[in-house]
Amino acid sequence: MLARFFSDTLQLGVAQAVITLVLALAVVYVARRRGIHLERESAIALVRGFVQIVAVGSILIFLFRGPSWVSVIVLLLMMLAAAATAARRARGVPGAFVVSFYGIAGGAGLVIVLMTWLGAIDPRMASLIPVGSMVIASAMNSNALALERFRSEISSNVGYIEAGLALGAAPERVVAPYVQAAVGAGMIPRIDTLRALGIVWIPGLMAGMVLAGGDPIYAAIYQFVVVGMIFAASGLTSLISTILIRARAFSPAEQLMLG
Amino acid sequence: MPVDENSAGPPGRKLALRTDGLTRVADGRTLVDDVSISVETGEVVAIVGPSGSGKTSLLRLLNRLDEPTAGTVFYEGQDYREIPPRELRRRIGMLLQRPYLYPGTVKENLAFGPASHDETLAPDVMSDLLERVGLPDYADRDVSRLSGGEAQRVSLARTLANSPDVLLLDEPTSALDEASQLGVEELICRIINERGLTCLVVTHDRAQAVRVAQRAVILDESRVVDSVPTSEIKHAR
Repeated sequence: MLARFFSDTLQLGVAQAVITLVLALAVVYVARRRGIHLERESAIALVRGFVQIVAVGSILIFLFRGPSWVSVIVLLLMMLAAAATAARRARGVPGAFVVSFYGIAGGAGLVIVLMTWLGAIDPRMASLIPVGSMVIASAMNSNALALERFRSEISSNVGYIEAGLALGAAPERVVAPYVQAAVGAGMIPRIDTLRALGIVWIPGLMAGMVLAGGDPIYAAIYQFVVVGMIFAASGLTSLISTILIRARAFSPAEQLMLG
Repeated sequence: MPVDENSAGPPGRKLALRTDGLTRVADGRTLVDDVSISVETGEVVAIVGPSGSGKTSLLRLLNRLDEPTAGTVFYEGQDYREIPPRELRRRIGMLLQRPYLYPGTVKENLAFGPASHDETLAPDVMSDLLERVGLPDYADRDVSRLSGGEAQRVSLARTLANSPDVLLLDEPTSALDEASQLGVEELICRIINERGLTCLVVTHDRAQAVRVAQRAVILDESRVVDSVPTSEIKHAR
């Protein structure tokens, strides 16, 4: 209906945003009537979200006009930001930032490079950055889940670990069950995503392609490709991060440092 | 520096362990303060002291589960930092306060130590170990079905499966009920005597020290305050 009143895309977008804002504020009002006070947080989140996404859109306009190597820098910066975010969630883990960066760069980075080289990701910036960001964001979540799980498993099992060390076992052997649990914890959301794909949710990328007039079958297959990449990147990231953090959990004399 | 002056036994006996100014400070707290003791081969020494006096911390340093902040340990005359940690821990076995058995069978737990250095525990050695700890038919039993006393016996057998030269026992009966305590204690005494093991046993119970050990090193506030034959422990500080 709005399209009838606005011929200009920008004006149409603003009108859609205003309507969405009214809808969101209505929800806040209903919540307030029920004694749930979300006004301040909601107002800040709505304004912040709008400004952030418009800012990113504006930056993308310039980036898409730039040389293709810029996308490498953008993805690298995204990985650094992702590592910092994941490290904040893994408080108390020594060297969490460095480990997270290596994990995300090794997992997400490798998958992005490989899939771009094979042609599964369009190397043009307009495709590479959005798809790459999805892969990096998922790797970040898996990384944080794996590190947090590893830390909590170690804390809960100090006695068993030290009993093994006291018997002359290698640190890798005594923490093997906890490494498996941590990598598993990082992977579970990705496995659930694959299981629910198309049934519980139709991901944004596919929806966007269909809305833009693309072939729904190709959109569906490509969405599977992206989810598959996310799965691979998350698994690799969880594995790399957990193995790296395992090495940091012990001193050179094989004493448990993380407890 | 407090020195363990009563360690000199009959001439000709080799020193199994000697600590030299052993100290550990962690999080601003001194857990072990300048401890110098000697233990001869085949000697059984009780480390006695009140809670928080540094007994367990000292034992952990001897097994190198923790790193000294100063001083070192000499194992058969060699600075233990020169010995690879895994080899050192196999030669200086340690039984913790709680058994910490791994999920699975008794047999799998006993095989854990030897498997860590790519050795298989021979079936007759396993049977002998279980016989010695009073659990002859327990090899295939699931560890989740063991009582506290049985679990600690399995844990002792698991430590012995590595054939250590020195045995460190960290309050091995403190987590057990009264009925199991005496049984496990008697078992430990018998095995130590049969094998002629060098042994350091941590206990807060002076009566247990008299029953188990020949000599007692008394710790208080992380320092050695006395070292006496256990027959004279009543007069110790």
